[in-house]
Amino acid sequence: MQWFLDASTTGHKLALMVVAILLFAAVMGAILFAVDRPRRVPNWVVAAGFLGPTVLLLLVGLVYPALDTIRGSFYSRDGSEFVGLDNYATVFTTDSFQTVLLNTLLWVVLVPLVTTGLGLVYAYLVDRTRFESLAKALVFLPMAISMVGAGVIWKFVYEYRPDQPGVRQIGLLNQLLVLLGIEPQQFLLNAPSNTFWLIVVMIWIQAGFAMTVLSAAIKAIPDDIVEAARLDGVGGIQMFRYVTVPSIRPALVVVLTTVAIVTLKVFDIVRTMTGGQFGTSVVANEFYTQAFRQFNVGLGAALAVLLFVLVIPIIAYNVRQLRLAEEIR
Amino acid sequence: MTTTTPVMAPVPVDERRLTRAERRAVAARTKFSSPAASVIALVIAVLWTVPTLGLLITSFRPELDIRRSGWWTVFTDPTFTLDNYNEVLYGGGTNFASLFVNSLVITLPAVVIPITLALLAAYAFAWIDFPGRNVLFVAVFALQVVPIQVTLIPLLSIYVDTGLAGSFWTIWLSHSIFALPLAVFLLHNFMKEIPASLVEAARMDGAGHVKIFFQVLLPLLTPAIAAFGVFQFLWVWNDLLVALTFAGGAPDVVPLTVRVAELAGTRGSDWYLLAAGAFVSIVLPLVVFLGLQRYFVRGLLAGSVKG
Repeated sequence: MQWFLDASTTGHKLALMVVAILLFAAVMGAILFAVDRPRRVPNWVVAAGFLGPTVLLLLVGLVYPALDTIRGSFYSRDGSEFVGLDNYATVFTTDSFQTVLLNTLLWVVLVPLVTTGLGLVYAYLVDRTRFESLAKALVFLPMAISMVGAGVIWKFVYEYRPDQPGVRQIGLLNQLLVLLGIEPQQFLLNAPSNTFWLIVVMIWIQAGFAMTVLSAAIKAIPDDIVEAARLDGVGGIQMFRYVTVPSIRPALVVVLTTVAIVTLKVFDIVRTMTGGQFGTSVVANEFYTQAFRQFNVGLGAALAVLLFVLVIPIIAYNVRQLRLAEEIR
Repeated sequence: MTTTTPVMAPVPVDERRLTRAERRAVAARTKFSSPAASVIALVIAVLWTVPTLGLLITSFRPELDIRRSGWWTVFTDPTFTLDNYNEVLYGGGTNFASLFVNSLVITLPAVVIPITLALLAAYAFAWIDFPGRNVLFVAVFALQVVPIQVTLIPLLSIYVDTGLAGSFWTIWLSHSIFALPLAVFLLHNFMKEIPASLVEAARMDGAGHVKIFFQVLLPLLTPAIAAFGVFQFLWVWNDLLVALTFAGGAPDVVPLTVRVAELAGTRGSDWYLLAAGAFVSIVLPLVVFLGLQRYFVRGLLAGSVKG
């Protein structure tokens, strides 16, 4: 049994990985073999064989934990005592948590708007130009980079060296400031502007997603619409404003809401770049800190539930807009 | 016979009917004639490339140089070394080579298991008629809204109670569970696009569900599987939260992301380690991504992203 739990050498780890995959294949194979008796077993038995493992995992790993977390959010830090809404009261009334909420609001408003705007403008500008695929690849690439990696990349851009003779800046942004004759800044330490510098990183990561989806939507605009507008003398910015944007409205809503949801749960960037210090924490980071660093399980649960509750209206809006779009069609 | 039927005279360009692509190209050219537009596009492209390039160059510079001057000085005074990579991969304090193995061991099962489960579930939802099918499908679909944060605390206590805590199993299981709602939804969409006549024909020939699944549907679904595979690979390899929660204290299990994030906190000014370490963690997803970009875009357009 111990062999399955503690793997410390490379060979052991790889072997364990192969064994895990084979074990999974064997179990699934056995289940499928058991239900594969054409015409002799009712459909629901076959369905249970195909669906059983998935439903079981979702019940144990998603439904039960979610309910248990909601329950836990009404209990004290070690879960021993019922405290009602105290945890939520703490989140909404304490000064430090109000900063966290305000930061989260800034993220959720700014990141989707700027990301979608940039992605849209860029997709429109490079659409059907000679260097389209290269231009898109450059903006798309950060999507493959982890948020941790992106955090390190940008931390280096923001790197600060004291402004003394003989000391040269090694961060790009401060070097630019020095070239312009401005004093170098501690970008990640000075609140409240440091939150904006973190937001830049998220925009940098997400713009590729926005661009890809919107670019596909722009390409799907029927030629005759564009042609008719051109014959009417519409061009340049007016074309963008009155033809392109209204035609791709459903795609815009999808991008805005998707980015908003991802942003709401942003954790890695804050964790990597500031650890949530200097007034930069957001709800998802504070959840981790409270639940797994401060061991205040009740408060952590309340923050997780808060995330859950905040996601719902965004998704509801998305579903509603998609319904409307389908009705128009 | 002095005159023959005239050879087709070349039609003047402006009178020839332009193809769709050509008309679009002309439109694009007029759009780009505005210098402001080109400048904006160029500025965005540069902003999106230079930060990564800066850290990449830094990762190949000697430690002392990194401390004394910015990476842009390599253009006038190029000195490069592989020492940083050597140190970060095999040095006692970092040992990223073994973390790379951890990341790999975490990722492969966490991609294979949920895709297999989701394929089977999607098949059942699409092609097996059973009572309560629609209700169950909507329920699985709706589970996409649950943020993983909501599940972490109870999941950790389940893992502790069952003795799994701190092993690869916790991470494999967790990633598989979190991937399922989106995977079932996406693969179900792809599966519904396959013509029902194909499935009916196989059924007429006496094939059972298992046979239909493996012999008729699976070969047709390869692009969809690739699309979600790339997706899930990037998601698991790049994940920090799940790994930190379930393996944060287990050095034999932690993946690269956890240690890179930790280094950024504890040795934030050791850029020779951080730069090289970051690129060790970035390189594989970058290669996979560039190689399979086509599938990734397809998956992206099919169902937006997971979070």
